[in-house]
Order: sequence, then C-alpha cells, then structure tokens
Amino acid sequence: MSSEPLLSLENLSAHYVSQQGSRVVRAVDEVTLSLSAGGTLGIVGESGSGKSTLALTILRLLPPAARIVSGRMMFEGENLLDKSDTEMRHVRGKRIAMILQDPMASLNPLFSIGNQVGEPVRVHEGASRANAWKRAVGLLKAVRIASPETRVTQFPHEMSGGMRQRIVGAIGISCEPRLLIADEPTTSLDLTIQAQYLNLLRDLQREHGLALIFITHNLGIVAKMCDQLAVMYAGRVVEQGPVSQIFSAPVHPYTKALLGSIPRMTDNRDHLTAIEGQPPDLASLPPGCAFAPRCAMAFARCRVEAPPEFAVDEGRTARCWLAAPDAEAKATMMRSSVA
Amino acid sequence: MTVTTHPVVATAPTPPTAFWRLQGFPLIPALILLFIAFVAVFADVLAPYDPQIGSLARRFRPPAWQEGGSLAHLLGTDHVGRDVLSRLIFGARVSMIVGITAVLVAGGIGTLLGIVSGYLGGWADQVIMRLTDTWLALPALTFAIFLAAIVGPSELNIILILGLVYWTRYARVIRGEVLSLKQREFVRLAIVAGCSKRVIMWRHILPNVINSAVVLATLMLGVVIVTEASLSFLGVGVPPPKPAWGLMMADGKKGLMVGYWWLTVLPGICIMLMVLSANLLGDWLRVKLDPQLRQL
Repeated sequence: MSSEPLLSLENLSAHYVSQQGSRVVRAVDEVTLSLSAGGTLGIVGESGSGKSTLALTILRLLPPAARIVSGRMMFEGENLLDKSDTEMRHVRGKRIAMILQDPMASLNPLFSIGNQVGEPVRVHEGASRANAWKRAVGLLKAVRIASPETRVTQFPHEMSGGMRQRIVGAIGISCEPRLLIADEPTTSLDLTIQAQYLNLLRDLQREHGLALIFITHNLGIVAKMCDQLAVMYAGRVVEQGPVSQIFSAPVHPYTKALLGSIPRMTDNRDHLTAIEGQPPDLASLPPGCAFAPRCAMAFARCRVEAPPEFAVDEGRTARCWLAAPDAEAKATMMRSSVA
Repeated sequence: MTVTTHPVVATAPTPPTAFWRLQGFPLIPALILLFIAFVAVFADVLAPYDPQIGSLARRFRPPAWQEGGSLAHLLGTDHVGRDVLSRLIFGARVSMIVGITAVLVAGGIGTLLGIVSGYLGGWADQVIMRLTDTWLALPALTFAIFLAAIVGPSELNIILILGLVYWTRYARVIRGEVLSLKQREFVRLAIVAGCSKRVIMWRHILPNVINSAVVLATLMLGVVIVTEASLSFLGVGVPPPKPAWGLMMADGKKGLMVGYWWLTVLPGICIMLMVLSANLLGDWLRVKLDPQLRQL
C-alpha cells in the first residue's frame, strides 16, 4: 500500500438547502474516508443514508439545490473542489468513472453499442471515429462479450440484461480510469448474473489496477468484493475499517444490527431480524447521535451530544460513545447519569 | 453428441412489415400527398399552358364539362384568360415548397430552443418559455400579416414569416420531452462519463426528440399551408402573378356571384385535400410514433 491514498475525503459535507434556507438536509456530513490505489471500498447503509449523494459529491454532480459546504476531496494529489467545471468534466469518465444504479437503462436506444462504448474515448482523448470503434471492440472483449466485432454494430435492444450491464462496465473502463464508482450496479440483475458481473468487476479491477467504490445495501456483496468498509447512517460514516475486522467484531450498534439482519439458514424461520424504528428525517436530526432513538445501547449522553470519530484500532474508526477510550467512556457515563 | 457453439443467440429477425400495410395507415391521404408532390415536381412537363400568360380573348371559359367549355382548357380559364389547370399545377409547387420549408424553419427554431430550454433549465428556460408565452399570445394570422407588411411579400419572406410564427408549438412540445429525457439513465451516464452539455444535447437528446418533431411537422404542414393561402388571399402572401392557391381564390372571388365558380372552388378543393391529407397522415404518425399511444 502506498503512503499517499488515491482518494481521500476530509471532513466532507454536502447539504441540501431549501429555497428559503429554512430547511437544511445534511445528506453527507463530515465524511472522512480514504482509498488507496487498487483498493476496494464498500459503502453500505439504508436507503437515504447518503451513499449515492456521496458518490455524486465525489464527481461534483450534485443537483443545484445541494452544495458542498466544507471539506476537501484529494484525488491523485489534487483537490477536486478547486477544479473548474471544465476541468471537472475531464475528470469524469476519464479518471473517475461511474456505473449507475440502473445500467439496464443506461444505454441510449438510438446508438449502436460501438458508438456508445467509444464515446468517452472520443470525448476525452479526441480519438477518431475509427479508432474509437476499434477501442470499443477491444473493450467488449475485455468485458468478455462473445464475438465483439458483431456486437459493436448492434443496438441496446438486441442485448440481454447481463450483457447490457457489461457494456456499461466497458464504458466505465473505456478511458482507463483510476477509480470506478459502482452505485448498486447489480440490484436490477438476477442472482446468477449478479455473481458473474461481480467476478468480472473484480477481474477488471485486478487487470487495470482500478480502485473501486462499491455502493450497496447488500452486505454479502461487500464481504465478497471489498477490503474496506464504510457504514453510513443519516449522512455520516458511523463505522469504517477493514471488512474482515468489522464483520468479525462490529463496534457500532448500527453495524451490529445490520450484520444481524442478514438472514441465515440456521435462523428461526418465523422471524426476520429487523432494526426497530425508522431512519431519521435528515432535515430534523436529533441533537445527539442520529442512531440513538433506535439504539438498544443508547445512554443519556448519546441523546445530547453526537459522538466524534474514535479510533478503534489501526485504520478503524467508529462514531459511537461506546468506542470511546475506556476511561473517558466510563467517566462520561458517570457524568451523564449524575446529570 | 453434437456440440453447437453459438455464443451469440440472435433473436430471429421477423421480416419488417411494409409501412403502408400497417394497420390504420391512411393510404388515400398518403396517395393524395404523393400525387400533389409529383405534380409539383413535374409541373413544367404536366401543365398544358404557361400559368402566368393568358389571352383576354379566352377569358372566363368554364370547365370542359360545362356548356361553353372546351377540352383545350379542361378546368376553364380565369379573368385574364389563364388556364386554371396549369395554374393549379404550378400552385401545388408553391404550396409544397412554402409549406415544407416553412415547417422546417419553424421546426428548426422550435426544436433548438426547446432542447436548450428543457436541458439547460434555469434562466435560459425562463427566457425562452416567457418568449414562447408572449409569442403564443399574439394571434398567428394577424402577426403574420404584420410581419409581411414590414418585410414585403415574397416567397422567401413568407417562408421565414411562417417559420417565425409557428416555432412556438415545437418549442413547447420538445421542451416537455427533453425534461423527461434528461432524467433518463443514459443521459445521466453521459454526464457521468464527462460529456459536455453541447455533446449531450446534440448526441443524446436531439436524436430522441426527432420522432416528436416529425409528427409535429406533419400536423403543422396543414396549418402552415392554410396560413400561406390566407396570406396570399389577403394579398400579403406570394406576390402575383405567381400561381398560389390562396391567391387564385382571391382573384376569383369577384366572379363567384356571377357564376364563375371554378375560379374559387377548384383551388379551395386543392387546399382542402392537401391539408386534410397532411392532417390524417400526421394523426397516424403521432399514434405510431408516440410511445404512450402506440399499441404493441
């Protein structure tokens, strides 16, 4: 692992502000994350926890109502927040590529596959039509599409779902990006195709030295694909660290609950474990820890003061008072019980 | 055991049905339009006489089947002895040229503004849509007459005027389409892939709104032709002695009371047939090309 991470987000916050400025939704709040070249980071959380907004923030493609209010985004030694719109456009697709939630609909029905796979090459590298076409054939081969020479001339409606998805993958890697963000790329696929696609992504990652950010709510995929994991709740990263460590010994009660809600064969069939309560309204978060109202282990302090990020282990943090260094935690518990 | 290696399983292509066999295709209107187009193209060959030169000795001849008519002038002659058939044939050319090019001008302006307005949104959208609203508040024909009075009547001016008067409908419809298109996943992928706004509008949006633009164009063709005829009838359209159907009706209207019916009725029928055909064809296209209305 190199000392300099490929991407590091420092205290990044992106908020939606209503027109009157009265309501502020902290969609991404004080996120600090880093990803080394070639690494894989999984981001999990419930719907609305800010995963997708985080991805859009990295690409600086937030909707007009949202604003990046603070923080830094260092990518290959440059702060992406300092870049002009034009410069940013040349980062997108070329250095950071993204696969969207619904790759099935990601292809333009009116253009041939070759045309679309070659488009980023033409846009970013000014390649000629013929060269882009040749690249497209090579890329289809790279995503293991049989007889790519005929496939490039075909149109999206002539492809199966799994194939279209691989084509979207081919578009993603067409300019050899350093980082690929995959936003729930397999939710619309059936299980066998999912597995194939995940294998493909992993192979591509290995062959091209890609770093991968994998946004999902499927912890099984995280276990299979990722080496780092960040758990998001209400716009914040509540726990992060190496996947194996978090899976074997989760610290944050929310992570524990998430891991506990994966159904197992040995479980009682009449009962599915769920996390009680609803995710909070991001516009009116409780004053303390956002998870406190649903947390079985919450104590007085949790409801008044949001926990900072505590280092749990080497390269591992959690935003939970329970993770606070022992002495301090006990002291606080004492103090809060007195109060 | 035979092992077949067919990695690519293509769906068996069904032979495409010829479009004129499709259900509900308005065959007769299509044939009428085709016939008018044919006549317009070959007017020089088809017309028995020069449409602009008549002989006063042969004025007000009735059509051949009426008493006093002759086979020399199948549809009679007008007040200066010009052959009505020849004038109708050349009039088809004027109507076709003016109608189609005016629709293209209107479509070009409207589609461009609609895409820009819908895709860019924000102040560009505000400006363009308020402009469209203002434009729509003006009565089309009066506005056209006003413009014609300023620039003076000529065929080219009529085309530009009609284009300027009728672009608003395109802008509105296309903008609506673009608003939904830009939420589509493939447009978002293009954004994520770093395409510029210009590239997205040109390559991803425009091809997807062409269908609607074509449907609108066929429907607008009728409106534009009627307006052209009205302008010509009012004397601010195609300048005489060029044979335009509207102009022919205007010239003939004084004769209507004294029985020279063919001078107004015949060009009127031509206008009606052409507009009706264009509308019927446009309606069919709209149903066929509009995904919401298409029966699968």
